[in-house]
Amino acid sequence: MADNIFKINETEYLLAGNRACQGCGLSLAYRYILKALRENTIVTVPACCLTVVHGLYPTTAVNIPCLNCTFSTTAASASGLVAGLAALDKSDITVVAIAGDGGTYDIGIQALSGALERGTDFIYVCYDNEAYMNTGTQRSSATPLGTITTTTPVIAKTQGKKDMLKIVEAHNIPYLATASPSYPVDIYDKFVKAKRIRGPRYLQLSIPCPPGWIYPPKDTVKIGKLAVETGIHVLFEIEDGVFRLTGRSKTLAEKGKRLPVINYIEQQGRFKKMSAEQLDQIQSSVDANWEECVKRAGL
Amino acid sequence: MDNVQILTGNQAAAMGARICRVQVVAAYPITPQSSLMETLSQYIEAGLLKSEFIRVESEHSAMTVCISASSVGARVLTATSSHGLLYMHEQLHWAAGSRLPVVMCCVNRAVGAPWSIFNDQQDSISQRDTGWLQIYCRNNQEIIDTMIQAYRIAETVNLPVMICYDGFILSHTTMPVAVPTSEEVDEFLPPYKPHTILDPATPKNINPVIFPNRKINHEGVLCHAYMEFRYLLHQAALNARRVIADVSREYAQKFGRDHGGLLWTYKSEDAEILVTSMGSLTMELSTAVDILREQGVKAGLVGIRVFRPFPRAEVAEAFCRAKAIIVFEKDISYGFEGALSSDLKASLYETDIRIPIANYTAGLGGRDIKARELVAAITESLAEIKNGTNEPITKWLNCYTG
Amino acid sequence: MNSKIDDNICAMCGPAVAEAGRTGDWRDMRPVIDHSRCVPSVKQKPSCFLCWLYCPEGVVITGIPVKIDMEYCKGCGVCAEECPAKAIKMVQEGSVNG
Repeated sequence: MADNIFKINETEYLLAGNRACQGCGLSLAYRYILKALRENTIVTVPACCLTVVHGLYPTTAVNIPCLNCTFSTTAASASGLVAGLAALDKSDITVVAIAGDGGTYDIGIQALSGALERGTDFIYVCYDNEAYMNTGTQRSSATPLGTITTTTPVIAKTQGKKDMLKIVEAHNIPYLATASPSYPVDIYDKFVKAKRIRGPRYLQLSIPCPPGWIYPPKDTVKIGKLAVETGIHVLFEIEDGVFRLTGRSKTLAEKGKRLPVINYIEQQGRFKKMSAEQLDQIQSSVDANWEECVKRAGL
Repeated sequence: MDNVQILTGNQAAAMGARICRVQVVAAYPITPQSSLMETLSQYIEAGLLKSEFIRVESEHSAMTVCISASSVGARVLTATSSHGLLYMHEQLHWAAGSRLPVVMCCVNRAVGAPWSIFNDQQDSISQRDTGWLQIYCRNNQEIIDTMIQAYRIAETVNLPVMICYDGFILSHTTMPVAVPTSEEVDEFLPPYKPHTILDPATPKNINPVIFPNRKINHEGVLCHAYMEFRYLLHQAALNARRVIADVSREYAQKFGRDHGGLLWTYKSEDAEILVTSMGSLTMELSTAVDILREQGVKAGLVGIRVFRPFPRAEVAEAFCRAKAIIVFEKDISYGFEGALSSDLKASLYETDIRIPIANYTAGLGGRDIKARELVAAITESLAEIKNGTNEPITKWLNCYTG
Repeated sequence: MNSKIDDNICAMCGPAVAEAGRTGDWRDMRPVIDHSRCVPSVKQKPSCFLCWLYCPEGVVITGIPVKIDMEYCKGCGVCAEECPAKAIKMVQEGSVNG
């Protein structure tokens, strides 16, 4: 193997020949999440795309211990792992809960809030592909305004995307960060950092999904980059209350020029019913959020 | 020399958890369980029990915490009642399917709608198909003794155990309870060794999606599919009958108290009429049996201690010499009959025992049941059986039925 | 049939490649690398490797020359799309250049 020019752990924990779709944003992100977390980790995963990527009995595609749990319980399942390991003096093992947007914003929000409030020493990862993808692209509260899903097929979603990051921030946890598979080194760095922090850590990734977002698989990295270039997805971290922009969002705030959101919207078939009004609404809320982020970052 | 304390049922359960050295406790408050968890909180925060205590945000999460903590090898406990039990229903199935030795106290309470905080057994009995073993306690001594036996049983057969006792009637009533020492319990309970492997040294995926049919894996092993794991669960539950009886016997030998294993009897040797029930109602029934005996009726009592696995063979043996059987239970399977009645009849069906059985649903929503009411009901049923007018439909004890 | 039988009492399994089979069969397009354009091949030193970075499957093998594991490559085309030297083309499976 040639020199590691990215200074990233070369081991692949997500093994080849798995069930992820072609061009899956989650698959790309998961490679780096696991590279950063390494062997001394136990993950817990609810019913979602990741369950399927982990594989069906009697073989798993992931070389990390995994406890499957029911849909609403991811953060509670992690709480139990942390408690059990503490009772057995094995608290050096990193416990990671990983759920989709449905399992975090909707059905899993109660357990998540409880685990964060209790100061549980674990990492919670939300991979946000903005709908219930595993069951066929039904709408979740993470689905953006004006999006076609299989349960908003004619009128498209009439509510805006729930601001989960604000909800999590209100729990005052030691580390909250966003990331994207289009910026793998940023994912890696954030998870390496998160692994070393004690207490509740929450990382949310914006995950492009070819079949659900309706774009060709080859464009996964491109679409993820457009999300950041437009400010729809902002790469940041809040560590002990200190807000910092990171990676491309940081350079964009310092000296770049944000692209209008239409550049991102027009790439995806799921937005083809979006009205001009909805597009304006999205642009306004993205602008307002960006202003706030730039201000908080002191730039 | 026994250390006898005056304890409520909830205190007895908490003390049981303490001497069993549980390592992770997770629970959510609900009447009439709350004082159990409050007592445990006192023990844990005062350093009398070294345990992680997760003050979860719901019962569903309480069972979830127990499942994952048990999966890594910790001895766990939760407790609930009524709607709390119903809320964790999904996780009851998950715990049993995971084959984990979770122990839970169900402080029996009626379920809504409408609301009732008072006792009946509809909550636990409606969970009888989940794969959990169920033991019904008749008094506070039995509660603490059953806690200790439950961990031994659960960790032997790898199935979760529900210890059921009546809300308020036992949970909040004080009785003298002989409390074993932790050291005595340590001799009886070997450390828990999980069959689940959640270890970075040997990565495994536990309880993923599984196909309908068996498959050969990457190592050439012909692996089970869904049905095979369900078969194994059922076999473990059936096998638990023998384990429960053995553990009960061994406990009696070591601690000097015998609660009867799968079922127990009172004045049944020469009984012509046998009455039966589960939980604290059996104590009321034993008083009713005494009254009937004074009246010249040869009555006896069979106390069903273990509801799942149902003691099919033991039931046939216990009831076979009676001329009439009268069942009293605090539940109803709407549209059919009481669950205990059904299971009893099913157990007798494949034998050649054909005894008239009368069944009563009693005490729903906490309606008080007095020994004299039981005596009156038994007397009435006996008369009907004698003149051939006994019907198999459920009667409702002391209830306005139009 | 002499297969060993599963001794688990709950569904618990170990890792292996090809959990979903030979996912190379999923392809209708395959990536072909032009080493006259590929940066590490041109520079003859470890460099770029963005195809390795962005491959969702982790089936790119860094080296000089860069190789792709065709047993498991799903043909998503991300590598071709992201290659800064435009050294990777997606061609029809089974065609002359494939």
